[in-house]
Amino acid sequence: MGEAIVVTSGKGGVGKTTTSANVGTALALLGKKVCMVDTDIGLRNLDVVMGLENRIIYDLVDVAEGRCRLSQALVKDKRFDELYMLPAAQTKDKDSVTPEQVRDIVLELKKDHDYVIIDCPAGIEQGFRNAIAGADRAIVVTTPENAAVRDADRVIGLLEQTKIPAKLVINRIRQNMMKTGEMLDIDEICQVLAIDLVGIVPDDEKVISAANSGEPTVMNPASRAAIAYRNIARRILGDMVPLMLLDEKAGAFKRFRKFLGIG
Amino acid sequence: MTERQHIMIKGVKEGLVFLLNDQCEFATLLDELQYKLEKTHQQLLTGPLVHVHVKLGARQLSDDDKERIKTVIRSQGNLMVQSIESDAKAEGEQQENAQQLHALTTIVRSGQTVEHDGDLLLIGDVNPGGTLLCTGDIYVLGALRGVAHAGTGGRSDVIIAASLMRPTQLRIADVISRPPEEWMTGDAAMEFAFLNEGRMQIDKITHLFRIRHNPIMFKGV
Repeated sequence: MGEAIVVTSGKGGVGKTTTSANVGTALALLGKKVCMVDTDIGLRNLDVVMGLENRIIYDLVDVAEGRCRLSQALVKDKRFDELYMLPAAQTKDKDSVTPEQVRDIVLELKKDHDYVIIDCPAGIEQGFRNAIAGADRAIVVTTPENAAVRDADRVIGLLEQTKIPAKLVINRIRQNMMKTGEMLDIDEICQVLAIDLVGIVPDDEKVISAANSGEPTVMNPASRAAIAYRNIARRILGDMVPLMLLDEKAGAFKRFRKFLGIG
Repeated sequence: MTERQHIMIKGVKEGLVFLLNDQCEFATLLDELQYKLEKTHQQLLTGPLVHVHVKLGARQLSDDDKERIKTVIRSQGNLMVQSIESDAKAEGEQQENAQQLHALTTIVRSGQTVEHDGDLLLIGDVNPGGTLLCTGDIYVLGALRGVAHAGTGGRSDVIIAASLMRPTQLRIADVISRPPEEWMTGDAAMEFAFLNEGRMQIDKITHLFRIRHNPIMFKGV
């Protein structure tokens, strides 16, 4: 029996889908059998980020309404044998499935996958309720902005009510802005939200280009965000991985030169 | 009509006493009262003017509801309502409950509201977007970052204290205040807000005794 993890945030545009795609891929990279479920019915993106848009035949709503078997709707990833995706419907809306239907599908997926990653839509309405229905735990994504932290707090409150343990990912961190105090810093966010941190992801332009080319960032080890996502995946598996040092950008060699006084 | 009897009528020297059950629904009570007066106890309705005392037990009623009882009884012509009473003891108990400090361990997150009748001790934070409403004092053992409203019932002698005072808004009775920048000192000392001549003020918790002095009577050995 696998574990279902919902990736949620409340606010839109903080990187739920990116996080889902990259954490899912990173878990597959670590040899786990993973299925990603897109519950953003009507505004599906996960397939685009994964570059699997053209392989979709059936979707979540088809499965829920019994038009096809679950195994028929799963799209196998082009890079990994053990990575699957259940796409959302694009022509319907959030009300076309019920939380019970999603829970049944997730339960079914948990039987033959190690991890089921559920990509939640923005907001706290029907789509959110659908997405969290089958989840065992949650990853709450936020960015270092007041509005995103506020919404994350609201979502954590709702998750607490449904007794789903949540952990935090802080996305799009810009170290230089945090240093100058223009951006909320990590400690401040953790103090307000009062939940465990499972990872911090630096802002990285490569994430955007990767998403546009349908290749998850995590496949490119030169990207700092990729390392961050791989660390998150390892922490999900229970490894103790220290938090990434954000101001390491200078690189070990440069720091060594600086130490010698020639940098 | 229900089989259960919710109303007892007793004759005393001064007239009649209506003993009303305090466990059932108020609507049931009114129906039964009307039924009894109109159908089963018509013998009461003939004869001279009778004074009626209504006893409600532990039930507390608003003036409107009391008036409704009076109307039902009065409509019979010869009955005159002298008094409607609830158990004074029950009332006292309730007030005592309200006066006790209630401790609550939680974190009040955005979109959540905690309401309390009496004084409240919150062990945990109030996040931005969270709200505390209290008829008495509010003490936050943690960071107050949301909205706190003390004295919702109109009491203006109440205070709001917090280990870390960073509220979005403070309200005492009907005075609303946004924290001015000078509150944000980053001072770690516990602070409290109170009303001074109708204006909100903030002070260190050690100065609370100036407005509320409870001298220590116990002298020790």
